[in-house]
Amino acid sequence: MKLKGWKDIPWGGLILEAGNAQKYETGGWRTFRPIWHEDKCKQCLFCWIYCPDGSVIVEDKKVKGFYYEHCKGCGICAQECPFEAITMEEESKFRKDQGGRP
Amino acid sequence: MEKVMAFTGDEIAAEAMRQINPDVLAAYPITPQTETVQKFSEFVAEGRVSTDMIRVESEHSAMSACVGAAAAGARAMTATSANGLALMWEIIYIAASYRLPIVMPVVNRALSGPINIHCDHSDSMGARDSGWIQLYSENCQEVYDNLIQALPIGEDRNVLLPVMVCFDGFIISHGTEGVAVLEDKVARNFIGEFKNIHSLLDIDNPVTYGPLDLFDYYFEHKRQQVEAMEKAPEVVKKVGKQFGELTGRFYGLLEDYHLQDADLVVIAAGSTAGTVKATVDELREEGVRAGLLKIRTFRPFPQKEIIQKLSKAKAVAVMDRSASFGAIGGPIFLEVRSALFEEQKKPLVISYIYGLGGRDTGINQIKQVYHDLAKAAQSGKVSQLVNYLGVRE
Ligand code: SF4
Ligand code: SF4
Repeated sequence: MKLKGWKDIPWGGLILEAGNAQKYETGGWRTFRPIWHEDKCKQCLFCWIYCPDGSVIVEDKKVKGFYYEHCKGCGICAQECPFEAITMEEESKFRKDQGGRP
Repeated sequence: MEKVMAFTGDEIAAEAMRQINPDVLAAYPITPQTETVQKFSEFVAEGRVSTDMIRVESEHSAMSACVGAAAAGARAMTATSANGLALMWEIIYIAASYRLPIVMPVVNRALSGPINIHCDHSDSMGARDSGWIQLYSENCQEVYDNLIQALPIGEDRNVLLPVMVCFDGFIISHGTEGVAVLEDKVARNFIGEFKNIHSLLDIDNPVTYGPLDLFDYYFEHKRQQVEAMEKAPEVVKKVGKQFGELTGRFYGLLEDYHLQDADLVVIAAGSTAGTVKATVDELREEGVRAGLLKIRTFRPFPQKEIIQKLSKAKAVAVMDRSASFGAIGGPIFLEVRSALFEEQKKPLVISYIYGLGGRDTGINQIKQVYHDLAKAAQSGKVSQLVNYLGVRE
């Protein structure tokens, strides 16, 4: 994203565009990655309710995985899942083949 | 059109606030501001204002409530002094950086410690980098006039900055003077309506206040604040002129008194400017070419005007009612002296720290200052750069 100059942004750090947090990817902050195990999942949607970042993908009322561009890896979903269908794994494992990059 | 009545500084501040009729007033009592809010709370109790008055548990909360209210689109006010201002510190920066034009009387009082309730400018001078406009008042009339002008200044679309209207604790706040007051209708018409175009309560145009602002944009937002301050002088002058057309009392960034042909100039802010005027009158009778340059607007600092006003002076004394510990001289002195640095022909400039903790500063002391200036002008040398006027050795 090209950064704008001071004349071209709203004053005071105000955000005038509702929901534009979507454009700000925070997946790079993650040190642990949630992994969804479909076989154990009962589709209770607890993970979806608890995720503070709206990073659980739900389609047709069913969990499908995570938006890794935004998931910060807090682990709340894994903690709250009653069926141990989410495990947290070290992010570095997934990044080695990308030279450590997201 | 105006009526002259007797008011103390605190009472006239409350009277101005009654006319302003802010949507929200959140305040906590502190000497010598107390009577302002006490008087205003009577107006609330009597139903003479429609203000939502929030009795908060501290000044930190008072300013926080004002920030919230102003962000929601309200005209919000508070008032404070000294340690109360110090307790708001965190939030005064936030008010300025969110560009919320909150107006706040600051009844100048010495900061602790040791604890003291009397006047000096250590409280508001400490807040000089917070991003607030600062107007200093010489007497009760100016408290009223500055408060009425503070709203159209701060709320101007090119400015959008909070404004402190400073006046000296006890000397002004508890001194009774005759004050010309506009009719309510006329005052309200002058002040106009406030519309925050980015109101939190405008659900059709949602806005977020206070998001995280890191190395990618924080600097740009500070640059915008600098720009707003740079735009402010024109607005201060415009509003001061409009106010003059209404009342006959014209205001600018500075006021000068017998400055035209003055060789020896004293610069002062607040009530001491009045004492300097009386001193100038006496000295003029003795044939001394003495003058006064009064600082009304310290933020934004009127650099251009000061250079121009001092172009004929030979020696200048800058009176500071606060010490800047570890600096060479008081805060107003430092900026005046720095403003003159590029000038080819510049006067000698001397710093006088005076009146700390309410120490009285009278005509004889100020005569001493002019006497020092005369000596400096004659010899072309400053013998003592920083002086402490009225302290016991
Ligand atoms: S780890 Fe945290 S942010 Fe990521 S999906 Fe789970 S709850 Fe959401
Ligand atoms: S909380 Fe666990 S079981 Fe429930 S939907 Fe999420 S992953 Fe599936």
